[in-house]
Amino acid sequence: MSTKKQKITVAVTGLNNIDSPGPGIPVIRALKESTAFEVRIIGLSYETLEPGLYMHDLVDKSYQIPMPSVGTQPLLERLHYIHQQEKLDVIIPNFDAELHNFIKVADILKNAYNIATFLPTQKQFESRHKSVLYEFGKENGVKVPFAKMVFSPNDIYQLGSEFTYPVAVKGKYYDAQIASTPEQAVNYFYKISAKWGLPVIIQEFVSGNEVNVTAVGDGEGNCMGAVPMRKLYITDKGKAWAGISLADEKLVEIAQTVIANSKWKGGCELEFIKSKDGEYYLLEMNPRFPAWVYLAVGCGQNHPEALVKMALGKKVKPFKDYEVGKMFIRYSYDQIVNLSEFEKISTTGEL
Amino acid sequence: MRTEVRTTANMNINKNIAISETGFVFNPLTGDSFNTNRVGQEILRQLQKGASIDDLYKHLTDTFSVDKATAEKDLADFFMVLKSYQILIEV
Repeated sequence: MSTKKQKITVAVTGLNNIDSPGPGIPVIRALKESTAFEVRIIGLSYETLEPGLYMHDLVDKSYQIPMPSVGTQPLLERLHYIHQQEKLDVIIPNFDAELHNFIKVADILKNAYNIATFLPTQKQFESRHKSVLYEFGKENGVKVPFAKMVFSPNDIYQLGSEFTYPVAVKGKYYDAQIASTPEQAVNYFYKISAKWGLPVIIQEFVSGNEVNVTAVGDGEGNCMGAVPMRKLYITDKGKAWAGISLADEKLVEIAQTVIANSKWKGGCELEFIKSKDGEYYLLEMNPRFPAWVYLAVGCGQNHPEALVKMALGKKVKPFKDYEVGKMFIRYSYDQIVNLSEFEKISTTGEL
Repeated sequence: MRTEVRTTANMNINKNIAISETGFVFNPLTGDSFNTNRVGQEILRQLQKGASIDDLYKHLTDTFSVDKATAEKDLADFFMVLKSYQILIEV
């Protein structure tokens, strides 16, 4: 017996399906494969060359939205307009840099427009920032390499015996370099702070294999799903171009512990290093689904669908298992686009 | 859950590894995979059954018409590869 799917409209950001891809298109693919919903997708973009804008088989209609740096009021005004046209049911933001604004307006969206989101609280969002991840690890029972924030090159020279080289030099949002000497660390400090601002994070270097987990929490301490993956092919930007799902019970248990202890609400990605002696160190916790989240769907856990269900107040059962040894392999693809489409999104902000 | 089978005096084999008919070996814990020939497949299958080093030497010399010295050398080399892929784990 077939059950009729519920028709909903979901707005999604992160349509930049490029070599360092946003998670928007994989999230949309997951939602299009939902067994519970028939989803109309509204793409929300920041730039006119985001490839997802032109993927009309996945994205039904698109709107430009204001850059995160302009704050919440212009965002609310734009979402008000889009909602008038499209009657949005759910919004899934997929960029770290925009989450702060969306978390701030989440209650207004719900109360004024009945638009659901499923986002971490401001406190949760702040608690896993790279600059305070070491403290986050202590509070949530997971090992994190020791790290300190630095605000000037002089701070690096004063680290003294707290670190042994090599160390990882990290930007507050993005970028990481391995420095073997204080001089190299200072060099990276200048490069990274010029691009991503201050502070820069100096982190203990742990060697081993990188393993990642995509997961979703219900905000009450339950991990609704978790799939671990190892990158098999990495781009020069450090992004996974291919990966494989792992049978790593210990890693899944650690991910569940982090989500349970932090009462994480929404999608997330946990990045770990598995050291040679088998210890797991949390390197980063990204507050949204990763760009490889569609692998979880391929393994039998549709995390974006589960998130939408929870956003709409539906009961969701945690996923119990997933298929091991499933791979994803990305590819690049040249879309042919008429100038008129580019003109439309560039001039009207809609497509 | 026990994920290793005791095989030799100081080494265990990861029992979760998958070996296909074509000799494709997959370690689901690490995501590593590699191809091995018929002799390699045979060694891995024997290890999964819990064969000792002496059992392996006997099996190899009986099955593949090879002398014990060659079997010992080749097995030592193959064990190094298996350890690097975390198929064999030193205890």
